[in-house]
Amino acid sequence: MRWLEYVVFLAIVVGLARPVGLYLARVCQRRHTFLDPVLQPIESRLYRLLGVRPAQEMTAGVYTICFLLFGAGCTAVLFAILMFQRWLPGGPADAYLTTPMTTDLAANTAVSFTTTTTWQAYAGEQTLRYLAQVVGLVAQNFLAGAAGLALGFAFIRGIARERSATIGNFWVDLIRSLLWVLLPLTLIGSLLLIWQGVPLNLAPYTTVHTLEGHAQTIAQGPVAALEFIKNLGTNGGGFFNANGAHPYANPTPFTNFLGMLAIAVLPASLMITLGHMTGKPRAGWVLLSVMLGLFLVGLAVCDRAESAPPPQLTGLHIAGGNMEGKEVRFGVGDSVLTAIVTSNTSTGSYNSMHDSFQPMGVLPPLVFMLLGEVVFGGLGAGVYSIVMIALIGVFLGGLMVGRTPEYLGKKITSAETRWIALYALLAPMVVLLLTAAAVVAKAGLAGLGTNSGPRGFTEILFAYASCMANNGQTMAGLNANSVFYNVTTTIAMLAGRYGLAALALSLAGRSQPRPACRPRREPCRAIRQPSARWSSA
Amino acid sequence: MRPAILSVLALTLLTGCALPLLLAAIGRPLFPHQANGSLITRHGVVVGSELIGQEFSRPEYFQSRPSAAGTGYDGTASGGTNLGPNNPRLKNGAADFAGIRHLAEEYRKRNGLAPDAPIPIDAVTRSASGLDPDITPANAALQTPRVARARGASEAAVRRLVEHYTKGPQVGFLGNARVPVLDLDLALDQSLGQVAPSTSR
Repeated sequence: MRWLEYVVFLAIVVGLARPVGLYLARVCQRRHTFLDPVLQPIESRLYRLLGVRPAQEMTAGVYTICFLLFGAGCTAVLFAILMFQRWLPGGPADAYLTTPMTTDLAANTAVSFTTTTTWQAYAGEQTLRYLAQVVGLVAQNFLAGAAGLALGFAFIRGIARERSATIGNFWVDLIRSLLWVLLPLTLIGSLLLIWQGVPLNLAPYTTVHTLEGHAQTIAQGPVAALEFIKNLGTNGGGFFNANGAHPYANPTPFTNFLGMLAIAVLPASLMITLGHMTGKPRAGWVLLSVMLGLFLVGLAVCDRAESAPPPQLTGLHIAGGNMEGKEVRFGVGDSVLTAIVTSNTSTGSYNSMHDSFQPMGVLPPLVFMLLGEVVFGGLGAGVYSIVMIALIGVFLGGLMVGRTPEYLGKKITSAETRWIALYALLAPMVVLLLTAAAVVAKAGLAGLGTNSGPRGFTEILFAYASCMANNGQTMAGLNANSVFYNVTTTIAMLAGRYGLAALALSLAGRSQPRPACRPRREPCRAIRQPSARWSSA
Repeated sequence: MRPAILSVLALTLLTGCALPLLLAAIGRPLFPHQANGSLITRHGVVVGSELIGQEFSRPEYFQSRPSAAGTGYDGTASGGTNLGPNNPRLKNGAADFAGIRHLAEEYRKRNGLAPDAPIPIDAVTRSASGLDPDITPANAALQTPRVARARGASEAAVRRLVEHYTKGPQVGFLGNARVPVLDLDLALDQSLGQVAPSTSR
């Protein structure tokens, strides 16, 4: 039964890849879509308001600066909302907000949500006002997700264009990603969530009288406004502390399945968009099949570890797979599928506690994050993550045959290789340095309140891998709400978002052949023909 | 600079205010029960939410899983134990924490099971949210004789109720079979007579 669900899930993702990928290409290229009559008036009004001339394109440098400026603006707004949330009207009552919103926690959260990481060093129902969750976090889930998709579009254009110094207009890509992709899908998806039981209210926390006559207080809130876009935008931070495990956030196996599709379909389809726009559809399918292969390996390892009876409990006569930190409605199957999907896509909206997974069960999520989110990957970011890895492969292949390699029609010279190497080295450098710092610093070790020893080390490594990958999932035994962790995880999140994006865009901008490089067409073709085999290998 | 500043403000309003309001305008009238938290009312008193588990300790009721939310099923403090599988605390417990070994002993004693009778694992582990509303059908089946005895009802009658309230995998293949505890206990009260509420605590 578990495997049937896994197979159906992957079949839907692959089945939707082509239609959705071609639709995304139309959005990217500003071609006609069926939503135009409704959305174009809003689009042109937004351009007028912002003073954007949509036909005006940007170089990779300007595009990156716009992306950075937008990120900085979003971070500032969210930081302000969080710092001043105590003056926001509405629930929940102060008595329930027991975690103080300190400056370092607000800064960490602001960076976290504007980089699609949504690492949460706080428990939602004990820290945030409803309005801060909606106007602050829901908005950033959209904006950071759309900015990521815009970046993906720009990267694809940079790779696809033969002779052009520009890679598109950031503001146009941002607004079109929002209007044509994220907003309509979220409206439909969120309604489905409400139907299944996700609350949408501003009511005070409800005190009920249980059947046995005790009082139980239940946190409420505008949960449905956040829970779909958190997955669609590959953000992942939940309304409540237990994230996707909370029955209000994820009430049924259907909502869980829908959430997993919302996470995986767009990033998977972008591979087809890439193939389509570069005129090499096969290359898109090749990348997608590499992803599926890696995905299946991770899924099989994690499933095996979690579905076996925990060896630690041998002798207690207890039957069934590892259910510590898992929900009955999801069981082992949905918990494993969700762990693998969310760790792959820089989303991190876990529905089971990874800290209670078996060691071999934790391994696939950790490895996928350290790989740099190459399987599906974050919305938009996934495109450059996998292409960068592919470029390393192409470069190594080029070394072996002693020829200047080409990928998707672009030559990879030593200049490009430098960018690729920097990209590949940045993540391990940041993760290892920060982990090393945390395990020698007193403040770092102070976070290990729940587990220690090898598990404690894994918690710390997992935290920085997650932040660098802009994933945000956590082995929650680590107490990360301290100045030390709030600052160091912020560094990892910034490097993971802006550092990697800037390197990738610079490469996409560079990899456009400058006219001077190609005085004649013929010799170039001669090089391209044999090396074309590399692009589909 | 102008697009940068204006876009942040305009798009925050669009996605953080306009969309949630539109969603509420459509979703709340369509699904008022769900939007308000799927609360259940009995004789004019709100007794719980269909989706949020609650603690049961009396033998007349089916009991939920152990919980790590606050002091147990605290609806304002969701979360799991986060104990690693090799952490001795998880299995053996501590002065202020019941380990799995202890939970299993208690479960067997409460339900009159032999010391080596196999127990479904959900009965002795804590969920991720601490608010799990469900138990597995196997867990419900082991509790059925106890509930029937405590209520002076026939086992067959209780079993019929359990079967009626058991939910199969959604759409045939999504998730696991499960028994929502609060729904089942409410049905028990309705068909076999209400238990006088305890006055402790």
